Amino acid sequence: MQTTYREAVREAIREALHRDERVFLMGEDVGRYGGCFAVSKGLLAEFGPERIRDTPLSESVFVGAGIGAALGGMRPIVEIMTVNFSLLALDQILNNAATYLHMSGGQFNVPVVIRMATGGGKQLAAQHSHSLEGWYAHIPGIKVLTPATLEDARGMLWPALQDPDPVLIFENSTLYNQKGELGEGVTVDISRARVARPGRDLTVLTYSASLYKSLEAAETLAREGIEIEVVDLRSLRPLDDETILGSVSKTHRAVVVDEGWRSGSISAEVSARLMENVFYELDAPVERICSAEVPMPYAKHLEDAALPQAESIVATARRMVRAHG
Amino acid sequence: MSKPDAARAPVNVDREHALALLRQMLLIRRLEEKSAELYSAMKIRGFLHLYIGEEAVGVGVMSALAPEDAVVATYREHGHALARGMSAGSIMAEMYGKQEGCSRGRGGSMHLFDAATRFYGGNAIVGGGLPLAVGLALADKMQGRARVTCCVFGEGAVAEGEFHESLNLAALWKLPVFFACENNLYAMGTALERSEAVTDVTKKAAGYDVMSEAVDGMDVLKIEEAAKKAVSYVRAGNGPFLLELRTYRFRAHSMFDAELYREKAEVEEWKKRDPILAFQRLLQDEHLLTDDDLAELERSVELEVDEAVAFAESGTWEPVEELTRFVYSDKKEEPGADDVS
Repeated sequence: MQTTYREAVREAIREALHRDERVFLMGEDVGRYGGCFAVSKGLLAEFGPERIRDTPLSESVFVGAGIGAALGGMRPIVEIMTVNFSLLALDQILNNAATYLHMSGGQFNVPVVIRMATGGGKQLAAQHSHSLEGWYAHIPGIKVLTPATLEDARGMLWPALQDPDPVLIFENSTLYNQKGELGEGVTVDISRARVARPGRDLTVLTYSASLYKSLEAAETLAREGIEIEVVDLRSLRPLDDETILGSVSKTHRAVVVDEGWRSGSISAEVSARLMENVFYELDAPVERICSAEVPMPYAKHLEDAALPQAESIVATARRMVRAHG
Repeated sequence: MSKPDAARAPVNVDREHALALLRQMLLIRRLEEKSAELYSAMKIRGFLHLYIGEEAVGVGVMSALAPEDAVVATYREHGHALARGMSAGSIMAEMYGKQEGCSRGRGGSMHLFDAATRFYGGNAIVGGGLPLAVGLALADKMQGRARVTCCVFGEGAVAEGEFHESLNLAALWKLPVFFACENNLYAMGTALERSEAVTDVTKKAAGYDVMSEAVDGMDVLKIEEAAKKAVSYVRAGNGPFLLELRTYRFRAHSMFDAELYREKAEVEEWKKRDPILAFQRLLQDEHLLTDDDLAELERSVELEVDEAVAFAESGTWEPVEELTRFVYSDKKEEPGADDVS
């Protein structure tokens, strides 16, 4: 049936609330307002204020309370409006959620799911456009998922809730209106990357909203006879080395497309793993297309220039394939 | 808060219970004195924060809790862990870094954990434990369990945003949190009056409509009585309660502290109010404690400390091959989770 990314996330939350009485949703404006991106619209009426909990603007305590409630036997879904505000809860995520199992010698695991919107592209300027999912992927003890497709928007939440450890889900806010067909009974594996488009000449490794720019680039290049393979990483921690390395071993060229800043990014990690593991398979140096290293500007032409775009993916892939053809 | 030398009414306390409280305080003191020695001997490393001087607080507060309640404590938590019923051996082995330690040597002095007594650390970010306590209490409330989460923190945490966020949410949602604020007057080296415009912590609680009381933190019986009142208020579903315990740390903040920020005379003045000596005197005055009793208590505590050290000494090192265990759960179904029953 025809649906949107937003509705797919909402259905995933509804299903979880129906399937497991320990599940509840908590965050700023998730109830009466219906969610700042309208993801949870209607859920308050359906499940009531005990299970759809509006919180004060207190990221640290409601994220920490989600962690505590998980320790207390619940299965909370904590919604942080956007990744930008998650910085106010970083202490709880990094110092508590990610450490408790280890620090307690295996006694206390934290089965919490924390969802948040991420990404730029909506002219929201420097404080509302971060893409910090790669940053979070730096932290051992948590898992980081980046659903790009309707299937993943619908299917990743339940396995994340089944996971005994903390899972962060990053939803790129430009995707909420994405429309498409979605079948019934979606089940997905949250541990694997996915080949979104098979190809021969070069692999683009990407995730989240950049997946669509990469697929668009692949279309353009196909008309020139260049077949690129597009891999949707889906999980930034853990990374699925098998799919990543397997694809590049086949195509012998790789471009990593990442909406995060270039230095110290997840693209740097993917690139390093390629060097470490399949260096002798490479016909060209690994390249990266990332966001420009500036706080995000407001003006549309500047923001467009700061973000990875299909045109730059096309140009880079074309140059790499031709130069080393 | 009562004056130090105020005359008090004759105590009405069961002898056996009084001796148990005294023994717990003595055990904390002696174990910590031994820990300081072992730190100098380099058996214990990292940070070591001693609780000496504040024993009445941990003992009085833990005494008010039921076994099904939860405790979230700070990095100065040896006393709470012992008073909560964790074994001295598992605590000492943890400080040695041995795998027989309560956190398998992964936590050390600042991160004592124990699922059996629902002891949730050992939290070393000031203020960071408060949101967790709010969440544990939320889980209890949502499951209809009449359990209390006791959250221990220092007056230094009162300056953190997490204190204010936590009090507000606990009050807003009427959550069963017993906030126990140990006011020892110094946040590391910063005196309360040098860091807070309002130094009365109970006034801050009032700002969130949280019931509160301040109590003499050097008097174990008064603490126990106030804590019991607080716990029964919280357990009855009235929402959170904040108890401010006015106490004093006799030793340095940690083993690296030269104590440049306070006068020796001030420390000596407080030492006159030593909670253990004061309680001993009180019990002797009331003829509840003889010299023989005291000698016997000291002997049994010494034995327990010696056994704890022997247990830690004979402990083993976790194989390095297991370094990356417990980053993620070993299996899908969680081992220690406090699941809905």
